[in-house]
Amino acid sequence: MESKLNLDQNMIQEARHAAKTIADDVQFFIDEHTTVTVERTVARLLGIDGVDELDTPLPNVVVDNIKQGGGLGKGASFWIGNAMVGLQKSPQEIAEAVAGGELDLTKIAINDEKDIQQAVDQVAVKTVEKIAENRERRDHDMKYIGDGEKPYLYVIVATGNIYEDAMQAKSAVRQGADIIAVIRSTAQSLLDYVPYGATTEGFGGTYATQENFRIMREALDKAGEEVGRYIHLCNYCSGLCMPEIAAMGALERLDVMLNDALYGILFRDINMQRTLVDQYFSRIINGFAGIMINTGEDNYLTTADAVEEAHTVLASQFINEQFAKKAGLPEEQMGLGHAFEMRPDLKNGFLLELAQAQMAREIFPKAPLKYMPPTKFKTGDIFKGQIQDAMFNMISIWTNQGVQLLGMMTEAIHTPHIQDRALAIENAKYIFNNCKDLGSEVTFKEDGIIQSRAQGVLSNAHDLLIEIQRNGIFKTIEEGKFGGVKRMRTGGKGLDGVTKKDSGYYNPFVDLMLQGGA
Amino acid sequence: MGLEKVDLTKVKPYGDTLNDGMVQMSFTLPVSASEEAKEAARRLALKMGLEDPSVVSMKNMGPGFSFFIVYGRCGESIDYTGIEVPKVDVETMSKKEVEAFIEEKIKRDITIIGACTGSDAHTVGIDAIMNMKGYDGHYGLERYNGIEAVNMGSQVPNEELVAKAIELKADGILVSQVVTQKDVHIPNLTELIELLEAEGLREKMVVVCGGPRINHELAKELGYDAGFGTGSYAEDVASFVVDEIVKRKLI
Repeated sequence: MESKLNLDQNMIQEARHAAKTIADDVQFFIDEHTTVTVERTVARLLGIDGVDELDTPLPNVVVDNIKQGGGLGKGASFWIGNAMVGLQKSPQEIAEAVAGGELDLTKIAINDEKDIQQAVDQVAVKTVEKIAENRERRDHDMKYIGDGEKPYLYVIVATGNIYEDAMQAKSAVRQGADIIAVIRSTAQSLLDYVPYGATTEGFGGTYATQENFRIMREALDKAGEEVGRYIHLCNYCSGLCMPEIAAMGALERLDVMLNDALYGILFRDINMQRTLVDQYFSRIINGFAGIMINTGEDNYLTTADAVEEAHTVLASQFINEQFAKKAGLPEEQMGLGHAFEMRPDLKNGFLLELAQAQMAREIFPKAPLKYMPPTKFKTGDIFKGQIQDAMFNMISIWTNQGVQLLGMMTEAIHTPHIQDRALAIENAKYIFNNCKDLGSEVTFKEDGIIQSRAQGVLSNAHDLLIEIQRNGIFKTIEEGKFGGVKRMRTGGKGLDGVTKKDSGYYNPFVDLMLQGGA
Repeated sequence: MGLEKVDLTKVKPYGDTLNDGMVQMSFTLPVSASEEAKEAARRLALKMGLEDPSVVSMKNMGPGFSFFIVYGRCGESIDYTGIEVPKVDVETMSKKEVEAFIEEKIKRDITIIGACTGSDAHTVGIDAIMNMKGYDGHYGLERYNGIEAVNMGSQVPNEELVAKAIELKADGILVSQVVTQKDVHIPNLTELIELLEAEGLREKMVVVCGGPRINHELAKELGYDAGFGTGSYAEDVASFVVDEIVKRKLI
């Protein structure tokens, strides 16, 4: 792509290189550690599901048993595999026995390591095949049923009741939505377990459960056939259960997942060591499942100023790109995030937003960029809100964004009413059609406001990345460089779920998925 | 003919002529768009009390739903002269004035703790008031001389907030509630007051809540000293808190 912004290609290369070094640095730490949710994910992928009589999910029951026995460092695969060999039972039967108090996984005789791995691999390969089938089904449907044009129109449902969500989602699909995101219940990111079964109550959203995923998938497949467009289903990995939710998404054929450790650290106060380890495995799963990840850089601008801190968004995109690469995610699945969040009364603010969006487009040419709507300066004046969203839509079609999270004129008032969504879709479709080829028709004035702004932001992001490369990501977060939020390396939630791997640690899914399957 | 004067004892909506009562509204009906649906929307507006309702737009929103924009005349009027709304009764000072007020009248630094409590994960409101940068050009409390501002962030349990208040000997507590679906904020806000009362702290602190669905009247009802809704800035909250500290002799 020719650069309309006259960006310094060497500077981009240097920034990318610095980001790679930053990610390499963290990867050493990640490779040495595992977490309770990583191991629960392994349990889930080995087929363990359901809850005990106290409604504790069986993956938690199993991993808690291993942790109490001091065996977490060897990984759930090792202990489950060992029990499979010794007791000739399936993982689910083993989990039920643990739940019934009949079995203590770390107390039974240890079998030959080769036999253990062989037993686990047999089950693991089947799960991986099932996920690969889901991926093929998606590719097939997108080809034969059809797919929406980019930018995809992304809307949310958030009633708290999965059946009501499904009804509203179908209505949104008929109005033109391409991606339906089910917002999670407000506190779910801080739960160190994944709730079970279909749910009909939540606050500000609906619990992410595997059954809820299945119900929504079924509804969207039906709606998609009806409108002749594959409908992408989105949910959220971020929080204390990143890889578990990624696994559920892979099994139930979700298509898009919010996946960003930095977001969890900064905005949910999740411990950074914990969530970076979790993120790695969750991205491996997302990558293998063909799921597009969405990163959360846009959120920085809800706490920090969008003009002054624009470079932190770009710097974080560079870092997120490298973390994603490490987990085997191709660029086509990297929905790097950014947002339209400058003050509406800023002189030439539209030009600065345009510069930012075009810059992200040029620096990450293959990534389906996730563009977030104005929220911070929405006031309850729905008429003005509709105009703000129109300005945002204009930039998106102009700069060829990948995923357009539609702004709601009723932002700051309530979770969207059915007509809010319809009006938002109408707004976007009008502008996307009316301005379709604006981007390929218009170039920017050399050294004008737009070019200079983009060059400046790139230069600041470059300098910040060099600084982070020197200090490391942990220290950078401790200093509050992202979003103006400071978090400590040993602070936040979930640190007690992090364990150093022992020799003999086993997790078959990392290799199976990184190698592209069985 | 001169311009007709507004009768404040009988105030009505104004479209383009005094007392025309013009109201615009929009809503969705869970039926497919059709002439019958349009008539249903018109009759509904009639039942709401609007005169001469006119459905100016009907849009199909997929099978089973239709969206309407309706105009009509409101026959009712309101006696504006008889209205009294409880408001936070303090004049807002600028940041500088607040700082000077603290220096002259309180004569020590004050500590204010902010948090988004319960399950609420939305820190937009508390950040706007507390953080250095503030919001919309209005600096937050962290930037005020004489105020030690501690922002505990989101999803803070009431117990932790109270413990922090005890630890830091806080002069004021600010609670933000953004998620108010199904009135989840009411029991949560009530619980904090109960905890403070149980610890014997309620009278020793200025306790304030805020959020898009919160107003002063509700806040008072729940046992808070004040409530701040949309459009309040750090200086509004700061002015109230420092004034209250002096008024209640919490110096």
